[in-house]
Amino acid sequence: MASGNRTVEVELSTTGLDAQGRPQRVPLVVNDGGTALDIAPPPELEADHMLINIGPQHPATHGVLRLVLELDGETVVRCIPHIGYLHCGFEKMGEYRQYNQIIPWTDREDYLNSIGNNVAFALGAERLFGIDITERCEVLRVIAAELSRIISHLVWVGTTCIDIGAYTPFLWSFQERERVYDLLEAWVGARLTTSATRVGGMAADIPSGWMDGLRNFIKTFPITVDEIDRILTRNGIWVGRTIGLGVMTPDEAINYGLSGPMLRASGVDYDVRKDFPYLGYETYDFDVPVGTNGDVYDRYLVRMEEMRQSVRILKQAADRLPEGPVNVDDARVILPPKSKATSEMESMIHHFKQVMEGPRPPIGESYVAVESPKGEKGYYMVSDGTAKPVRWRIRPPSFVNLSAIPKMVEGHLLSDVIAINASIDIVMGEIDR
Amino acid sequence: MTEKFNTVQTGGALKEVSAPATPRSVAHRGGDANPSVAALEIQFPGSVLRSQVVWGETTVYITPSSVPDVMRWLHDDPDQRYDYLSDLTAVEYRDYEEPLEVVWHLRSLPFRRFLRVKAAIPRGAPLAIPSVWGIWKAADWMERECYDMFGIVFEGHPDLRRILMWEQYREGFPLRKDFPLRGRFSRAEQLRQALAQNIESRYSMEELTIADAFEDLPPDMRKRLSTGERTGE
Repeated sequence: MASGNRTVEVELSTTGLDAQGRPQRVPLVVNDGGTALDIAPPPELEADHMLINIGPQHPATHGVLRLVLELDGETVVRCIPHIGYLHCGFEKMGEYRQYNQIIPWTDREDYLNSIGNNVAFALGAERLFGIDITERCEVLRVIAAELSRIISHLVWVGTTCIDIGAYTPFLWSFQERERVYDLLEAWVGARLTTSATRVGGMAADIPSGWMDGLRNFIKTFPITVDEIDRILTRNGIWVGRTIGLGVMTPDEAINYGLSGPMLRASGVDYDVRKDFPYLGYETYDFDVPVGTNGDVYDRYLVRMEEMRQSVRILKQAADRLPEGPVNVDDARVILPPKSKATSEMESMIHHFKQVMEGPRPPIGESYVAVESPKGEKGYYMVSDGTAKPVRWRIRPPSFVNLSAIPKMVEGHLLSDVIAINASIDIVMGEIDR
Repeated sequence: MTEKFNTVQTGGALKEVSAPATPRSVAHRGGDANPSVAALEIQFPGSVLRSQVVWGETTVYITPSSVPDVMRWLHDDPDQRYDYLSDLTAVEYRDYEEPLEVVWHLRSLPFRRFLRVKAAIPRGAPLAIPSVWGIWKAADWMERECYDMFGIVFEGHPDLRRILMWEQYREGFPLRKDFPLRGRFSRAEQLRQALAQNIESRYSMEELTIADAFEDLPPDMRKRLSTGERTGE
């Protein structure tokens, strides 16, 4: 952890332009607490603490999150989060459904990462069935997971900008997000609720010409990232409103179970893709960005860099996509082709039993975690040999990350609560499930 | 344009831990067990009941009373260092003879190990187990959720109350197998309860006391507060 004062160069057009015609950079010196130096502390006032309620219907809480704050003046003394307004009982319903029927629910928990959740769930179910997926399917799933990481981080950048008071990057990032959704729509027919995977494969192979669209996106998308980078990273307001806020030390971050960019911004280089690989991620060449200060600004930097690394992975995946079947050749889980199911008696019976009774995994359990944009997303499934899981558990990264919010906001100003809350990247659908 | 990052290639593991790879062709039963199991059996001979490897994941069954000691040792021992609590949940089986199991998924980031620890609460015994909140703060909300969904009391948790369901929820514990999918009460009863709710209780009693808002309260709430009442409890 850095200690003492920290200096970031910010661009201020009021101080004039440099030789290249860009706003001149001036050093902004902040102390450990993130406040600019040389500001006199407020006078001690005799007053009662105030109880303030944010949410559950508030645009800056990113969903139906409710925070009850005890304020001393403008400083947060205590924060009590309330969740559960979006509780749907996905885990309970999953105990009454076959494995393939659960996949649509994985779309709807973390709805910014729906196709990534589909991939994660299918991986968990496949371990329970003891299935190794085909090479082509692995690469397609890597493409799906990384596209979905880009979507989620774009939404994060856009909405956080709005929370902090910048509108333009929101428009840019949502424009790029639409392009990814166009790609997903061309692939699986849906934009937000994709339900793209099946146990043992994918719902569909990519259509012809799809790769050209992906290559075009890979080529042009980094330009937008650079533009957002240029408008925010050295922006005096952005830096001033994000730096030094919600600091978590590495030990605290691990102990609180933070994951994803939240953990890595604190300087802990734990990425499920590197440490517990899946889908052959160990064969891709990419870096894991790690911050040093563990504040909101570092979380922003980590997420921006992760988008660039995702583009690197997408490039390699597009180059290596092998020919061959997408679905495994395993009659336990895969439906017969439609032409056979309508012409042969055996295939029709197979199809009927597969749909009505569902595939049955052997007795056992599996916990498969993937690196979702929010952090470690785990699916824990327990099978008793029937077609429906005994227990289906989602390990939601946002839920655990949000549980540290009292620790992060206490001692900060009320306006900083919005920035810190935004930096967690919560999706209430995943937290309440 | 961004600040320089410490980009890493291998994650937070110790140098002598080999680079991991995607597991393939994993056997249903058997395979290499996590080395922590053997160490646990030496350290806690009476507490470790059995262990098994299913789909390459090691599970250790321990007695409920030994949870604090075993977990503390797994967290602190320099050869184990399970510093990351991935998940905490419970499993109830459809077979009513089977005991209810509490499951901890632990990760050792330095050694890149994954260990599943289970403790069974026998049928008929009170649903209570020691909390691990003092070891991993991550357990805070996970234990609250587990209490909310299964009714398991985590002894030693500082603030064990409902988290996903509301505090006045009276229908029981939703993820228990004897809980019907549509809830225990009829729709009419659920509606009646919703309409009969005290709207003042949107702030819990604890929140009102911390804010020194006592003077602004209606008289009946002031009376309830002075008797030490908690919302919904």
